[in-house]
Order: sequence, then C-alpha cells, then structure tokens
Amino acid sequence: MPPRLRLTGITKRYAATLANSDVNLTIGPGEIHALLGENGAGKSTLVKIIYGFVRPDSGEIAWEGEPVQIPDPNAARKLGVGMVFQHFSLFESLTVAENIALGLGATETIAELTKRIEEISRRYGLAVTPTRHVHHLSVGERQRVEIVRCLLQSPRLLIMDEPTSVLTPQEAEGLFDVLRRLSSEGCSVLYISHKLEEIKALCERATVLRGGRVVGHCDPRISSEQQMAEMMIGGALPVAHRTSALHEGAPCLQIERLSLPADEPFGTNLRDISLTLRDGEILGVAGVAGNGQKEILAVLSGERLSPDAGSVRVCGTAAGHLGPTARRRLGLAFIPEERIGRGAVGEFSLTENGLLTAYGSGFVRGGLIRFGAIAQYARDIIKRFVVKAAGIEARGSSLSGGNMQKFIVGREMGTNPRVLLAAHPTWGVDIGAAIAIRQALMDLAAAGSGVLVVSEDLAELFEISDKIAVLFHGRLSVPKPTNETSIEEVGLLMGGGTEAGASPVVAHAA
Amino acid sequence: MRLSLEARERPARIMTWASPLLAAVGSVIGVSILFAALGRPPLTALYVLFVAPLETLDGLAELALKATPLLLCAIGIAIGCRAEVWNIGAEGQFTVGAICGGGVALALGGGGAWWLLPLMILAGIAGGMAWAGIAAFLKTRFNAHEILTTLMLTYISIQLLGYLVHGPWQDPDGHSFPQTKQFEDDALLPMLIEGTRLHVGALFALAAVPFGSILLGRTMMGFRIRTVGAAPAAARYAGFSRNGVVWFCLLLSGGMAGLAGICEVAGPDGQLTPVISPGYGFAAIIVAFLGRLNPVGILFSSALMALLYLGGEGLQVSMQLPIAVTGTVQGMLLFFLLGADVLINYRVRLRPARAVAGVARHA
Repeated sequence: MPPRLRLTGITKRYAATLANSDVNLTIGPGEIHALLGENGAGKSTLVKIIYGFVRPDSGEIAWEGEPVQIPDPNAARKLGVGMVFQHFSLFESLTVAENIALGLGATETIAELTKRIEEISRRYGLAVTPTRHVHHLSVGERQRVEIVRCLLQSPRLLIMDEPTSVLTPQEAEGLFDVLRRLSSEGCSVLYISHKLEEIKALCERATVLRGGRVVGHCDPRISSEQQMAEMMIGGALPVAHRTSALHEGAPCLQIERLSLPADEPFGTNLRDISLTLRDGEILGVAGVAGNGQKEILAVLSGERLSPDAGSVRVCGTAAGHLGPTARRRLGLAFIPEERIGRGAVGEFSLTENGLLTAYGSGFVRGGLIRFGAIAQYARDIIKRFVVKAAGIEARGSSLSGGNMQKFIVGREMGTNPRVLLAAHPTWGVDIGAAIAIRQALMDLAAAGSGVLVVSEDLAELFEISDKIAVLFHGRLSVPKPTNETSIEEVGLLMGGGTEAGASPVVAHAA
Repeated sequence: MRLSLEARERPARIMTWASPLLAAVGSVIGVSILFAALGRPPLTALYVLFVAPLETLDGLAELALKATPLLLCAIGIAIGCRAEVWNIGAEGQFTVGAICGGGVALALGGGGAWWLLPLMILAGIAGGMAWAGIAAFLKTRFNAHEILTTLMLTYISIQLLGYLVHGPWQDPDGHSFPQTKQFEDDALLPMLIEGTRLHVGALFALAAVPFGSILLGRTMMGFRIRTVGAAPAAARYAGFSRNGVVWFCLLLSGGMAGLAGICEVAGPDGQLTPVISPGYGFAAIIVAFLGRLNPVGILFSSALMALLYLGGEGLQVSMQLPIAVTGTVQGMLLFFLLGADVLINYRVRLRPARAVAGVARHA
C-alpha cells in the first residue's frame, strides 16, 4: 500500500530565513506520527504546507502515491486532510451544530447535521451536545467540537497541533483513546507536541526537525525522553537544580476571601479565593486556561483593583487599592503571559524595555531618564540570562519568544523582588531557555523570595513548586505540598472534581 | 502579473531618507500636471510656488511668521499622536487662546505695564489648555472620542469669536466692521527684524523643538507617552495611567495651540477679527505627520507648509489661480509622502498571476 502522505524535498524560504529545507516526511495509513522540534524548527510551516495555507518553494507532495498540489485548505479537505488547530475558531454565541454547519458549508439542515454529530460522538466517545451554545463549553469540550467537525468529513489524515496544552491529564487520555481508535480504522494522525511523555504514550514514529531540517527519526516507544529532547536541541540537556527551603518563611503575599465579578464578557468570576505565599516558597497554580488565571493575576499585579484594600496584602501591607507602580514599590514583580505588547514593547529597544518596569529603581532623576544606567542594566540582563540579541539597541520585536522572555524574567528579577508572579513563564519557550527560566525562579526562591507560578504545564509545576493549588471556575483549591499530591489528583481538581474524587462539576456560569 | 506588497523584516534605512525625496519628486510631477491642466506653464508656476517666496528678506520673514503657529500647534499634536491621543482641534484651542489673550489686551492695554504681555501669553496658554481640557475630561470620564470632541469644540470656538467681535467686543469706532479695537502698543509682541512682521513668537516656536525632543526622548513622561501609544497593555502592566497621559497630552497641545493663537493676534494682526487663522490648526496635523511626529522633522515640515502658503498666495496673485489650488497641492504632498512611507516597511514585488512554482511542475 502506498503511504498516505509523502513529502519529498520540501523547501520554503521566508526573506532571510529558511523555514523548511529539503524536508522529507512519510506517513503510512493508520500511523500516528509525531512531529517534534523546538519553536522555530519549522513544524508549523510544514503543517501549513500540508494543509494548503502555504505553498512550498520547491518539493513534491504525494497523496496515496499520486503527486498532488494543495493550493488552499479547501483542496486539502477534499483530499481528506483534517486539522485541529491550537486556537479554536468557534463562535461563542452559536450552538455547537450551528458552528459545525458554518465550518462545513453544509447543505443539509441543522436537524440532519445534529443527527450526524450525535452519531459521530457516540461512535468515538466524544461527549458533545449539538444544541449547547459554545460559550457554555469548557476548553476541552470546544476541542471535541473541533475534532467532531473534522471527523464529519471522514478525514484520512488528521493533523493535531499541540492539542493537549488546554486539556487536563484525564481529558488528554480521552483524546488519545479517540486518536488510537481513528488509527485502528486506518486514519493517519500527524501529532505535534512538545510534551515528550505524550508522544511516547501515543506515537509509533517521530520525525525531528531542527532549524528547518529533518535531523532524525525515532520510535518514541523505544527512545527515551532525554534522547528525543537532545535530538531537538542538538546537544546535551542542561538540568535544573532545586535547593528547597526547609524553614517556613513569613507571608509575603496574601489573598483573603476575595470574590470579584469578571470585568469582561465570557470572563471568569473569582469566588472566595484565599491564598498565602511565604518567603522562600514556590507556589504553583495549576488549571485549564480560562478558569480565572488572567483574572487572579490582574488582581494580584494591580492592573485591576479590588474593592477591599485588605483582600490583597503584599509583604503585610494592604495593597488591594494600589496600582502596579505602588505594588512594585512594596517588592512585587510580575512576569506576564503575553511577552510582546504587554511584558515588552516591540518597537522599543531593549534599553527602553528594561526601563518599562525598573523605572522605580533609581533610573529616573528629576523626571529625566538616566540612559547610561538603564543601558548598563539591560547589558547585565543580557549577560546574566544569555539573551540572544543584537545588543541593547535591538528592538523587542527582533528577539525570539524565548529570548524576549529571558530578558523579561531578568528585568523582573533584577530589582530583587520579594514576591514574583510568573504567568506561564516557559510557555512556547524552547527547552534550553525554559530550563534557564525555571532555574532562575528556583534561585530566587532559594534566596528568600516568594514565587507564585501560574502554569498549564503540570510537569513544570511538579518540578519546581513546593505547593500546588488548582483553579477551577474561579475557585482556588487549598494548596497542597507537592510531595503529598499527584498528577492524577491535580488533574481531577482541574476537571472540577473535589479532593475526595467526586463527580466533576458541570455547571458553569459565565 | 500582479503587484503585491511584502512586509520587510526591518524598516529600510535608505527608504527613511529616500521616501521624502520620492514624495517631493512625485508631488512636483503631480503638481505640474495640475498646472498644465489648468492652462498655466508648469515651470513658471513651480517657480512662483517654491522659489519666489524665498528670494527676499521680507519673504523669508513671512515664511518664519507663517511657520510659527504651524510649528507650535504641530509639536503639540505630534506629542499627543505618540500616545495615540488625536487632537484634531488645535484650531479651536488656537482660537480660544487668541480670545483669552486678546481679552486681556483689550481690557488692560495702554497702561504700559511690563507684565501685560506675559499675562496675555499666560492667558492664551490657559485658554488653549482649558479648551483642550474639556475634551480630556470627556474622554477620561465618558470615553468620548477626542477626534470628535476636539473637532466639535473648534466650531464652537469659532462661533464664540464671531459673537465677541460682532457683539460685546466690537470696536465702537469701527464703522460696524466685525472686529475689535486695535491693541495698544504695549499689548503687541516686539518685532525681531525691523521692517518685517516677524515677532518674538517665532522664538517660542523655535524653543518648542528642543522642548518636544527632550520631552519625548529623555523624560519619563515622554516614555510613558510612547508606551501608552505603542502598547496600551504594556502601559497598564507597567502602571502608567492612560488617563494621566490623555490629560497631559491634551493640556500640553492645547496650551501650545493657545500660545500660537495669542502670538498671532498680538503679532501681525493686532486685533481680533472673525477669521484669525487660515486653518493653521488643521494644517498643523499635516505638518505633524509630514515631520514623522518628530519635533526636528516638524521644524522642516512646518517651513515647507509655510512655503506652500506663501507660494499659494503668489499663485493667486500672479497667475490668477484659485485658493483651492493651494489646498490641492497640500493634499498631493501628503498623499505622496504617506504613499512613499509605505516603502519603508514594505517592498513592492511583482509576482506571476498564479504562484505555483515548484509543485506545479509535477501537476
């Protein structure tokens, strides 16, 4: 039988960068194939070529042995390629069936479509209710809608782009069952992820990309995670070390019985949140995106004020009514989720980006900026955190995501904060930089500061945190010492289960 | 074949300099076609427009005189634009500045007091600030967009001026002309060059250039302004108050427009009339963007715009062309400059109608 898809010599150049260079990829019928690589390795370009978003400069595409061209996503769908994107394209105010009808451009009635959706969801165990409105759905449910939409077109190759980044571990396991079922029915799967343990659990073959080239193939069932990671980064994997604080420090960040309604449509209401972060401690906040992470961080950083000043305390001082500048003066620093546009300004030089939050630390005199001093500060950050940049005058937008993040981490740690908030600190950052960032957070805690890490990456939280709490529907569970809990338990809490393991909470008020 | 624009990886340094030249060449060609279509010899018309005003000392002094209000208004506007605060109503703030300063001159002039002129200037600045302050209040309190409010306030200010010069402030000996008395000598700005109309207001305008540059480039306030403009979420994250920046920008640009207004009436005019500005406040918006929102650039663009005013008058006088031609030429210039600016960040590519290179071979 000819392979489902064979790419030969695919090359795609963007102005100065070679996104794909002479890439070969073969996916057999019913095979679950992993595409591995760091950010910027060329994974997304290759996927876009397969799905018809991008045309290669040269190279051949063969579908079931026949040479084809894929000028646009419609052509890809006609061949039998389906794709589930990392970011969903669903309309919040429409029902599941209406959304799917839009995506299919279907001629059948909603009633007929509803029947087909129910059939598919029964067959694959994908719990989807066609009549529900999308804004009621959790992220995991939304993903199932996207998958059902693909399956309705009976794909013969399904592309999954980082599908589990929004799922609880249990939901991810459910997704794997669906993918295995599809594979057994002969549908091929191209699976993109940087979570190596998932790839080991799911995939039979892997193609590793680095710098736009194929650098190797492996069988993930046999290769170790370390071997695969080293293939991706092209060198030995640095290891992070944690020296844990033994004594119990003084509280440096407290939230007391904070409830706050969402300030935007489809936001999450914070409900009765209490939390204490102590000196020298790393507290991890787990949870599926959209359960109140954005809201709790805004209320802690001072971007949003809380009605009761005493509900947030920074180093003992009531700070709920204080803005970001005043809280920084109390010793708080914050690494936000978005880098360019929030944590840094793309048009600004690194010097100016250093000034963005460090301005309160003696870099301004009489209203005038001390450019010499702030330039030195930026140079120190670049040196200490090995930021790859064309010097302190390089614009923020010219840095890669990981390097920009290292600079932001360096800037926030450079003022010796007593409390550091870190939102998804290593999200989308390549492995080397992620390890450096985790190490920096642990070093800061070892030096006596409190660190609050909000992340969706459970492996990361379990690696660095002393305690872990879970956000679900705007409520925060009681933090538990990391060594007294497990990924399974945290996963259940992420899905709305109680600590005793009761059934998941379904109701969700927007 | 079709034309397409591709984003450059980084702005092209050469184009930063070449684009104004390209725009100048484009405008000269466009303007020549316009003149030819109107039946005037293009070369002569270009000469009248761009060269003749610069041939005499008097011409140069008039150029500086016209550039003064443009420069003051444009630098204020540009500082606001850097924070994405769009003050479209400099014309109105200019008018209120002239009314307030002029009111002081009419009420207290003739006493010979040394403080009269400083007081008039402060009143002019305060008037402009107050007028822009209304827009700042509406924006920060009710989120009313400043483009609308500043523009509407401009028309109110012009009606206010009309009411005053037709009514309470009208010169009783003025044969019912809608104008105030001539200001007394002690309420007139001193001349800079004898025999011309150039007054000390030009020095304020010149001083505004380093003031604007230092404010934007070297002060924390300027940094806040640029951050709010470039990345509002980053400004919130850094703790910069957007409302504070809105107030600052509108008060500053209003004050500078008000200063321009009082300098205009206490300078060449010497009285209030229903029309005290040939649209300086609006032309200053063009000037600000021509100068790339940079105070030094605005120094040059205000001189260019002033030249267009003078040349336009020359065209009316010596070539019997309508005043609308001046406006058309201004518009062309702006069109070409903004058009050429695209080339700084984009390159033009010609592509075959269907780009199927590579894969197409095997089809």
